[in-house]
Amino acid sequence: MIKYFRSSVFLLSTIPFIFITYKIFLNKLGPEPIKEITHHTGEWTLLFLIFTLAMSPLKQITNMNIWISVRRMLGLFAFFYASLHMLTYVGLDYRFDMNEISKDILTKRFIFVGFAAWLLLVPLALTSSKKMMSVLKQYWKKLHRLIYLIALLGVTHFIWLVKRDVTEPLIYLLIIILLLGFRIKFQKTS
Amino acid sequence: MKKFKYSEITPEKIYNKRRSFVKSLGFGLGSLSISSLSLINNAFANIEENKPTSFKDITTYNNYYEFGTGKSDPYLKSQNFKTKPWTIKIEGEIEKPLELSIEEILSSFPSEERILKLRCVEGWSMVIPWMGFSLSKLIKKVNLKPTAKFVEFETVYDPEQMIGQRRPILNWPYIEGLRIDEAMHPLTTVVTGLYQKELPKQNGAPLRIFIPWKYGFKSAKAIVKIKFVKRIPNTAWMNASPREYGFYSNVNPNVNHPRWSQATERPINGDIFAPRIKTLMFNGYGDDVEHLYSGMDLKKYF
Ligand code: HEM
Repeated sequence: MIKYFRSSVFLLSTIPFIFITYKIFLNKLGPEPIKEITHHTGEWTLLFLIFTLAMSPLKQITNMNIWISVRRMLGLFAFFYASLHMLTYVGLDYRFDMNEISKDILTKRFIFVGFAAWLLLVPLALTSSKKMMSVLKQYWKKLHRLIYLIALLGVTHFIWLVKRDVTEPLIYLLIIILLLGFRIKFQKTS
Repeated sequence: MKKFKYSEITPEKIYNKRRSFVKSLGFGLGSLSISSLSLINNAFANIEENKPTSFKDITTYNNYYEFGTGKSDPYLKSQNFKTKPWTIKIEGEIEKPLELSIEEILSSFPSEERILKLRCVEGWSMVIPWMGFSLSKLIKKVNLKPTAKFVEFETVYDPEQMIGQRRPILNWPYIEGLRIDEAMHPLTTVVTGLYQKELPKQNGAPLRIFIPWKYGFKSAKAIVKIKFVKRIPNTAWMNASPREYGFYSNVNPNVNHPRWSQATERPINGDIFAPRIKTLMFNGYGDDVEHLYSGMDLKKYF
């Protein structure tokens, strides 16, 4: 049962990637394809961060452990989409022009926090295996709480980059705050 | 496999090669000296980068918040917008305020083709074969009082038809403006069409302004009022965020927007591998317009 659940979640999680690839190859990204890829991958990074954060509340609500079995996988997908997102910017958009990129990171706060969020995801991805879990023991949990900070940096990045209409990033912010609230409340009661 | 040359399959390319450039050679630009406007057509368009953007991209990828903040919203949501009847009020610091119908304007000021580059503040650009005439021609018909120092353009306010105006994304109606000498510059164009057709609604029909050396948002669309004023107008984006958008908003690769680099831009063409190109001072129109700003600190007056 758990096995089927995990495989389905895995397959579902690849859909955005397949969809983006399909759009690239069939030229369906419109007049500004690079921006479109950046937008898709950015949005999916944030969504996967939220999915990851939602698993433990779902466990509490439904009293089912099954959610926890896909949590690390969802987190890795967040890292996967974040890396595609970052590489779109670094590779496709700026063609590895490290001069321009470092200038961007240092002068634009939205790039700075985005980059910080991606960097913080790296150690989490590297320590995501079962083996690392047993090596790190109680530190693993502490380390992986960084995911809340990463999600918050991700939304901040989004809020700072929109020109005028902040409705969408604020909805994401609200969801993350709710998830964070749930977590704090739950920790107190248990 | 036989490869077609791009020009053989893209109607606009054939179009620009065979017709407009040749045509513009013969017609010139009325009272203006052709050389001072070289960038409008011939010399400008001979560079690969300056080939006109496709009609499809020009008419489906727009920033026109009156119809929504998405790039395709203007195309999708403006089609029922009524542009007839349409009148434009000309008022403020002039001897005799007047009201002109769009038909009167179109018949009194013949439009010519002007291939001009649009640089959006967001870091993308298009080359657009507009139809239009110099605003200076219209200004010369009204007698300005010496107190007229600036001109203000006002976009129609009609939330019934413009669904974007139902939310306070910007301070409606959209106001833009220029200094009088900027407004009198021959490159400041009253736009009435593009690709030799009537101006599509999503591009600002029936009448808009276009100032090629300034970021796109300076070029107000669907204008109902042109007002000559004494003081610097409180323009829409400056009002929304004065730290990010200045009154002048000249294209300037040396002054970065706090969120976007202005050093480079991406020409709109749907090509995923097309490189960014360097943004030019005054969007490449420096020779024509830099005298307007001599002695000004453009970092301060951005
Ligand atoms: C956890 C990390 C990150 C998250 C959650 C994230 C999320 C997002 C989101 C939601 C968007 C907006 C998508 C839309 O408009 O629909 C976006 C746009 C963008 N992000 Fe990220 N991002 C992250 C990291 C990065 C990094 C590392 C970079 C580059 C170094 C970056 C560069 C950009 C750029 C250039 C845009 C487009 C801005 C524009 O519209 O002009 N992001 N990101």
